[in-house]
Amino acid sequence: MIDVQALSKAFHEHQVLDRATLTIQTGETMVIIGRSGCGKSVLLKHIIGLLKPDAGQVLIDGVNISELSGRALDKVRLKFGMLFQNAALFDSMTVFENVAFPLQEHTTLTVSAMTQRVHECLQLVGLERVDDLFPSELSGGMRKRVGLARALAMSPQIVLYDEPTTGIDPIMGDIVNDLIMALRDRLKVTSVVVTHDMRSAYKVADRIAMLYNGSIIEVGTPDQIRGSKNLIVQQFIKGEAVGPIQEGLPDRRILSRWSSRSQVTLR
Amino acid sequence: MIEQLSASFLQTTAAAGTWAVELFWYAGSLCLLFAQAIGGAFCRPLRARAIVYELWKIGVQSCFIVFLSSLFIGMVLAFQSAYQMQKLAAEIYIASLVALSVVREIGPVITALIVAGRVGSSIAAELGTMKVTEQIDALMTLATDPVRFLIVPRFIALIIALPLLTLWADAVGILGGFLVGTLKLNILPSLYWKMTTIPLAFKDLFSGLLKALIFGMIICIVSCFEGFRTEGGAEGVGRSTTVAVVTSFLLIIAADCLCTALFYFVWH
Repeated sequence: MIDVQALSKAFHEHQVLDRATLTIQTGETMVIIGRSGCGKSVLLKHIIGLLKPDAGQVLIDGVNISELSGRALDKVRLKFGMLFQNAALFDSMTVFENVAFPLQEHTTLTVSAMTQRVHECLQLVGLERVDDLFPSELSGGMRKRVGLARALAMSPQIVLYDEPTTGIDPIMGDIVNDLIMALRDRLKVTSVVVTHDMRSAYKVADRIAMLYNGSIIEVGTPDQIRGSKNLIVQQFIKGEAVGPIQEGLPDRRILSRWSSRSQVTLR
Repeated sequence: MIEQLSASFLQTTAAAGTWAVELFWYAGSLCLLFAQAIGGAFCRPLRARAIVYELWKIGVQSCFIVFLSSLFIGMVLAFQSAYQMQKLAAEIYIASLVALSVVREIGPVITALIVAGRVGSSIAAELGTMKVTEQIDALMTLATDPVRFLIVPRFIALIIALPLLTLWADAVGILGGFLVGTLKLNILPSLYWKMTTIPLAFKDLFSGLLKALIFGMIICIVSCFEGFRTEGGAEGVGRSTTVAVVTSFLLIIAADCLCTALFYFVWH
C-alpha cells in the first residue's frame, strides 16, 4: 500500500505540493490527473524517493521512504518500476543493454536467462529485432515502449507511469492501456498513472485522483469523477476553457482582438 | 548622503556574505562528493569494464594532444632559456633547466589543463545531459547509486591516467628541448642527455606525479559535480560545461601553487 500523508514541497518559494494526501491500495490502479505543471510528476518522484518532502511523508507498505537513504532506500526501490515522461533511456547503451540493466545490476541470471527475459519484456511492449539499436535511432513511441520494458524487467510490485500515452500514437496508446490493465489483472501490480489523457484515465483507472493547487481535491472511481459536483473537476475532465480554473489561461478578449489584428506585413 | 552610504555598505556586506556562504557550500559539496567517490572506489564490485573504457577515452585519446603540446612547450622553453644562457655562454645548462621545469612544473600543469579542457568538459556535458533528460533519476529508480556507477569509474581512470599522461608529457617535453638543443644550439646529444639526467632527482619526478594525481581528482570531482547539478536543458548543459572547465583551471593553478610551496618547505 502507498500512503501519501500531508505531503508538501516547494521549489524556490513556489509551493508545488501543499499537504497532498492520498492512499493507494495494493493491486489498485490509481490515475492522478491535473493540469500541466500542477505537481503530478513531483508527487510521483516523492513516491519513489527521488525527492525529499519539506513536510509530510510517504509510506510504502508501512515504511517511510522519505526517511530512507542508501541501501535501505535501494531495497524499497527494487519493488518499483518507473516509466518516465521521455523514457529516460541511457543513450550510451543499446535497447538490449537498457532493458538488461536492472537484471545485470541486481540479479545473478545467466546470460541466456537474461537474454530471454529481455526479449520477453520487449515482446510484451510489441518490440522485436531492436536489440542493437541505440535510443537515438528510435521513434518517440518506441523509446517509451523500451522504457516500459525496462521498468517491467524486474517484475516490480508497483509501477509508476509518468504520462504513459503522451507522444505515442492512439493505437499504441491503447496497447499501453491494455498492458497496464493486464499487469493489474494478472500480476496484481499496483499502478500509479500520471496523465491528462482522460480517455486513458477512464479506461485504466480503478480510482482517479485530481491534483489541483498542490492538493488532492477529489478521489473516486471513474464514474464518481464523471459525476463529481466539483466545478474544477468538471472543467478539467471536460477540457473546457470556461470555468473556475483560469490560472495560466489567456484572456479571451485579448484572443479575439488578436485574431482581428493577426495580419502581418512581410518585408 | 550618510544614509545612502550606509545603505550601499549594507548591500555590499550582504552580497559579500551571500557570496561567502555560497563559496563554503560549494567547497563543502565538492568535499562531500570527493568522500563519496573515495568510498565508492573501495566498494565491490568494481566496474572494471567501465574503468578500462574511461581509461581509453581519458588516457589513450589524450596522448596525441598531450604529445603536441608538450613537444612545443619543451622547444619553446629551450629557445627562451637560450636567449639568456648564450649571453653567459652557459647553453649547456639549457638541458637541466628544461628537464627540471618540465618534470616539476610544466608537465603536470599543462597535462592537467589539457585534460580539464578535453575530458572535464566532456564529463560535465555528458552527466549534465543525463541529468536534464532524467537518466540520473532513472538510474536511482533502478536502485543504482549514480556516484558508484558514473563517478567512481571516471575517478579511478583519471587518477591512473593523469600521472601516466604526465610521464608521457615529461618525456616528450624533454625531447622537444633535446631537439632544439642538439639541432639548433649544437649541443652534443650525449652531453645534453647527461645534463638532463644529472640534476633530476626522484623527488622531482615524485612531486610532479603527486601533483598530477591531485589534479586528476580535482578535474573529476569538479566536472562530475557540475554535471550533476545541471538544470535547464541545453543552455544549462553549456553553462555547466563552461563552469566545470573554468573552475577546474582555477583549482588546478591554486593547487599547483599550494603543492609547490608545500614541497619547497618540506624539501628545503
